[in-house]
Amino acid sequence: MTTATLETPIQAKPAKQKVMLVEGNEAAALGVALARPDMVAVYPITPQSSLVEHVAKLIADGKMDADIVDAEGEHSVLSVLQGGALAGARTYTATCGPGLAFMFEPYFRTSGMRLPIVMSIVTRDGITPQSVWGGHQDAMTVREVGWVQVYCETVQEVLDTTIMAFKIAEHHDVMLPVNICLDGNYLSYGTSRVELPNQEDVDAFMGAKDVNWHVALDPLRPMAVDPLTGGSGGKGPSTFVRYRKGQCKGMQNSLRVIEEIHEEWAQRFGRRFAPLVEEYRLDGADYAIMTLGSMTGAAKDAIDEARDAGRKVGLIKIKTFSPFPIDALLKSFAKIQALGVVDRSVGFRWNCGPMYQETMGVLYRLGRHIPSMSFIGGLAGADITVGHFHRVIEATEKLLSNPAPIEPVWLNEKD
Amino acid sequence: MSALQTVKFYQTGTFTVGNRLLAPEERSVQANMQRTNSLNSGHRACQGCGEALGARYAIDAAMNATNRQLIAANATGCLEVFSTPYPETSWQIPWIHSLFGNTAAVATGIAAAIKIKKQKGQGQDVRVVAQGGDGGTTDIGFGCLSGMFERNDDVLYICYDNGGYMNTGVQRSSATPSAARTATTMPLGPEPGNPFGQGKFVPAIAMAHEIPYVATATVADLRDLENKVTKAMGIRGARYIHILVPCPLGWGTASHDTIRMARLAKETGVFPVFEAEYGEVKSALAIRRPLPVEEYLRPQKRFAHLFGKTPAVATIARIQAQADKNIRRYGLLAKEVA
Ligand SMILES: Cc1ncc(C[n+]2csc(CCOP(=O)(O)OP(=O)(O)O)c2C)c(N)n1
Ligand code: SF4
Ligand SMILES: [Mg+2]
Repeated sequence: MTTATLETPIQAKPAKQKVMLVEGNEAAALGVALARPDMVAVYPITPQSSLVEHVAKLIADGKMDADIVDAEGEHSVLSVLQGGALAGARTYTATCGPGLAFMFEPYFRTSGMRLPIVMSIVTRDGITPQSVWGGHQDAMTVREVGWVQVYCETVQEVLDTTIMAFKIAEHHDVMLPVNICLDGNYLSYGTSRVELPNQEDVDAFMGAKDVNWHVALDPLRPMAVDPLTGGSGGKGPSTFVRYRKGQCKGMQNSLRVIEEIHEEWAQRFGRRFAPLVEEYRLDGADYAIMTLGSMTGAAKDAIDEARDAGRKVGLIKIKTFSPFPIDALLKSFAKIQALGVVDRSVGFRWNCGPMYQETMGVLYRLGRHIPSMSFIGGLAGADITVGHFHRVIEATEKLLSNPAPIEPVWLNEKD
Repeated sequence: MSALQTVKFYQTGTFTVGNRLLAPEERSVQANMQRTNSLNSGHRACQGCGEALGARYAIDAAMNATNRQLIAANATGCLEVFSTPYPETSWQIPWIHSLFGNTAAVATGIAAAIKIKKQKGQGQDVRVVAQGGDGGTTDIGFGCLSGMFERNDDVLYICYDNGGYMNTGVQRSSATPSAARTATTMPLGPEPGNPFGQGKFVPAIAMAHEIPYVATATVADLRDLENKVTKAMGIRGARYIHILVPCPLGWGTASHDTIRMARLAKETGVFPVFEAEYGEVKSALAIRRPLPVEEYLRPQKRFAHLFGKTPAVATIARIQAQADKNIRRYGLLAKEVA
């Protein structure tokens, strides 16, 4: 299920939802409140700060029945939530950039312990040159640590996805932490109309809470959590291998679960988002550009204009970046002859965007050569405009007849 | 003894365990026949490990005080490694190896979850202990420990101070005493051994946070240790107990000298044993037989370079001055306060 279902009719008539005008950070906080976590731990950092301020206010107002721990740093934030999750609490936090870097050790531990902690990454470029502005460098840097990572395009999608994230994380076939990535500046502070689901409907959607059935700190089920394994003898190595395989299985299962939960969301609340990969005007296209996150809005406008001008171009947007949606992408790539991939961060090792680097692996599996190239834009808060996307479209179109450039195109270099 | 006896006792000769002849209700936790054995036999600690002894007494007392409704978070270090080589565990309570530097924060999270779940009518009252070595406490985990103190989270934190990073092979920590030899402070050059001050004394820093309860103890006075843990578990909020636990391997002492070394640390004033509430010292264990620090230093190979051909008189005098200061500051020669 990729884009086809975006057009699938929604059967249910959802209850009327309250309409509000909110920034993305507030939308995330409202989503968190509706998901009813038991505990949040917070530490402020630009551009996430207003998100945790909203959460703190909701708790202080009695609109959210959760314990809040004002930690003394992000390493502790995630550590606090690990203790909480093991003791049976539904848990949430948000961070970005330097905060994410600072919590890396417990970040790695969270997916290893299969704790369904939900954390927004209000994405930020970093860390040096010093920048407090948006960019995907933070989330991309930790993409190989076993968290499920989804990227949102709109403020409404932030709200809805935040709620869905808890259900994805806690699904028994997944049991993994989930990052909801929302673009710093563009989504965090971008204000837009949203529909707020009703609490009873969200409660019915979420179902019963069961977060520590697999590993717990509880005198009724005493166990020693995370003892020393490994070594070259005894039961250590094979246990370790089986454990890692289980993590990979959970990641793969999440692809199906994310699709199912997005479909359930659509039926209950009347809003459908592509769960893994969205195709936009791809049918009849000879080539495509690929996007991630909020840049997709401008990209779609550029596609519309290019289509009107007779160019046969479509768009492929990734929502679920980790695990990488290989099968969904293969279906989309089957329709095209050339591909331009736009990243909002850099991959230092391959001298291209990280999404492009991942995509090359998928293109290899296609079994047919498609010329492709990497574009890097929107670093440190820079805007990727419709004009930039026209350059992307033109350059990608050239791949149909000319050799693909090895070097990436740096979109904002001469802005 | 009685037909009720469920465990065998092997300990003899300390000031503390000889109370088996008392009526059951007056016995110490360890001498009680319902002893919980929180840290069961079979673990891999070295012979004479002070940390293993301290942990068993402390956690047994905490289990006893909480009717076994107890969870422990444990920092990386010897205690973690020797007690839980997968797939075995010596612990008789729910236990987690957190990370090296986040134990206080993990414990905070457990306590917070228990609190909110209880408020929501979804769970029982369970108490939380965090424990770590001096490295995990005074160095890498110090920030989150201070945060836990400042928020007055409902956690008892226990530091087992053996004066170094023993698990990784006896390197210097900020609790390593002045002049001590470690793998990273070798007895070479103009300042042999640990060249720095007198070690970071976290009990005093804990007191500066004005938390409800701070205490120090050693494995030489195990009944005192039990009493302090029991008292701490009767209090809500952040509590801190710092236990001196000699390490035969790291200190270069005989396995059978662990209790003696702990007692010498106290009797020389090198390690003050006291209790404080809300930042004020309330009582101290008096020194019974005052001794010069040399008595404590000489049996330890980590201080052997002080007693070579030319004894390091100035260094020994400096350590003596530190001990004298402890004696003055905590009133260790006076009768016990209150
Ligand atoms: C972040 C991190 N850095 C370093 C280590 C390596 N390490 C493990 S245990 C340890 C020393 C433990 O010393 P201490 O806390 O005093 O406990 P002890 O072993 O002496 O009881 C070190 C350095 C680690 N596990 N994690
Ligand atoms: S090295 Fe020291 S602390 Fe570690 S187990 Fe051995 S005696 Fe105990
Ligand atoms: Mg130590």
